Amino acid sequence: MLPFDYQRVETLAEAVAVLGQDPAGTRLLAGGTDLLVFLTDQKLRLGRLLDAKRATDLPGLEVNGALAVGPNVKLRELERHPAVAARWQALAQGASAVGGVAIRNRATLAGNLGTASPAADTPPALLALGARLELLGPAGRRELPLSEFFVGPGRHRLQPAELIRRVLLPAPPPRSGSWYTKLATRQAMDIAFVGVAAALSLAADGTVASARLGLGAVAPTPVEVDLTALLAGRRLDEDALAAAAEAAQVASSPIDDKRCSALYRRAMVGELTRRGLRQALAQAEAAL
Amino acid sequence: MKQVITLQINGQPREVTVEPRTRLLDALRDGLQLTGTKEGCGNGECGACTVLVDGRAVNSCLMLAVEAVGSAITTIEGLAQQGQLHPLQEAFRQHGALQCGICTPGMILAAKALLDEQPRPTRDEIRFHLAGNLCRCTGYQKIIDAVEAAAAALAD
Ligand SMILES: Cc1cc2nc3c(=O)[nH]c(=O)nc-3n(C[C@H](O)[C@H](O)[C@H](O)COP(=O)(O)OP(=O)(O)OC[C@H]3O[C@@H](n4cnc5c(N)ncnc54)[C@H](O)[C@@H]3O)c2cc1C
Ligand code: FES
Ligand code: FES
Repeated sequence: MLPFDYQRVETLAEAVAVLGQDPAGTRLLAGGTDLLVFLTDQKLRLGRLLDAKRATDLPGLEVNGALAVGPNVKLRELERHPAVAARWQALAQGASAVGGVAIRNRATLAGNLGTASPAADTPPALLALGARLELLGPAGRRELPLSEFFVGPGRHRLQPAELIRRVLLPAPPPRSGSWYTKLATRQAMDIAFVGVAAALSLAADGTVASARLGLGAVAPTPVEVDLTALLAGRRLDEDALAAAAEAAQVASSPIDDKRCSALYRRAMVGELTRRGLRQALAQAEAAL
Repeated sequence: MKQVITLQINGQPREVTVEPRTRLLDALRDGLQLTGTKEGCGNGECGACTVLVDGRAVNSCLMLAVEAVGSAITTIEGLAQQGQLHPLQEAFRQHGALQCGICTPGMILAAKALLDEQPRPTRDEIRFHLAGNLCRCTGYQKIIDAVEAAAAALAD
C-alpha cells in the first residue's frame, strides 16, 4: 500500500468538511473490504482516509414501519435483524450473499453502494424494495432515489464531499413479499453471474397490486424494472411470469466476461425473475 | 508518518509503532511478533488472517492497525490458558483437522466466534460460518468434525 493519512472524525458534519478540503484525494473508510483491497492492489491512490465509524451522531439501524440504515451498519447485522428478515427479506438475503461472515462483520450497506459495482449483491434488493438515499453534503441534506444513484461501473451521483447518511426503505405494502436470488459458482465468497431481486404486493382479491425487480450483473449499473404497469390487476400465472421475464431481459444489456457469457446471463435473468416472483408471491399470499 | 499506538491484545495493552497504512495483520506479525496470525492472500479471500475484534471474526489484512485502537483483539496466542489448550485447539489436534497449519489459527478463531454466538451449531451452520476460511490440505470434513466436537466439549 502506498502511504496515506488516516483521520478519525467526531461528527458526520466534520466528515463532510474534511472531505471538502480535498474531495478527489479523500475517501470515507467504512468496513474497508473494498477500499483496502483497491489500496493494497494499488488500483487507487489516496491522500487521506477518513474514519467516521465512531462519530457520535451516526444513525444506526432504525425500524419503525419504514427502515433506515446508517453508514456503519454491518451487512451481518442487517442479515441477522429479525424485522429486516421478516419484512424486507430480499435485503436480508442480498446482505447475506456478500462474501463470508468475516467480510460481512465489517462490510457496510453504504460501502456496497459507494463502490457501485454492477454485480454487487445489495443494490438489486434495494431497488426492488424502492430504496431512497439520504445524502449529506456541504449544502446540507437531500434525498435521491437509488434508481438515480448509479452512473456506471464504480461511478455514482454523489457530489464532491457528499456522503450517504442513511439508506431509506418504505414500509412494505400489505400482502407483499420479496426475494433475492444470486447465481454464482460457489455458495459463498463469489461474485454473482446474475442477481435478481423481486418485490411484489397483492390486492385483496389476489391480483398483483405492484411489482418491481432489481437486476445485478446484467448491465453497467444495477437496473430497476418497474413491472406494475405490466402486471397490475393480473394474476401471477405463467403468462404473467413470462411477460415479466421478458421485461427483465429487455432491460438487460449483459456482456461476455471471464465468469460467463452474455447469452447465459440473458437467459438466467429471465429464469431468476420467474423464481423470484414466485417466491415473493408465496410470501404475499400467506398474508391474504 | 510513524506513530505509537496502543492495542488491546488478548487482554493486554500492547504498544506498537505503525504507519496509517499498516494493516492490523502487519502490526501483529511484524510489530508484535505475534506470528500465529497468518497471511494467505492479503485480499480478504482466504481467512488465514482471521482474528477477533470485539468478539467478531475479522480479516486482519483488511483492517488498518489504527482502526483497531479502542477495540479488544483476540489472536490465536490468546486462546490457551495456563498452558491448557482451548477446547477448539484440542479438538483440532484430536481430529487431525490440520496438516500444514496455515489456515488453522483463522479457522479456530472463526469457529470460536461462532461457538460464542451459537454454542451448538449444526454442521451446515458450521460450514456457513467457515465459508470464508480456505484450507488447501484437509478437505474440510475433519475441521467440521473438530468444531462439532469442541462444541460438545464446551457444552459439558
Ligand atoms: C473477499 C471479498 C468478497 C466479497 N464478496 C462480495 C460479494 O459477494 N458481493 C458484493 O456485493 N460485494 C462483495 N465484496 C465487496 C465488499 O465487501 C462490499 O462491496 C462491501 O459492502 C463494501 O463495504 P465497506 O463498508 O467495506 O466499504 P469500504 O471499502 O469502506 O468503502 C467502499 C467505498 O464506499 C465509500 N463509502 C463508504 N461509506 C460511505 C458513505 N457512508 N457514503 C458515501 N460513500 C461511502 C468509500 O469511500 C469507498 O469508496 C467482497 C469483498 C471481499 C474482500
Ligand atoms: S490474508 Fe487476509 S483473507 Fe487472506
Ligand atoms: S491445514 Fe493446510 S491449509 Fe488448512
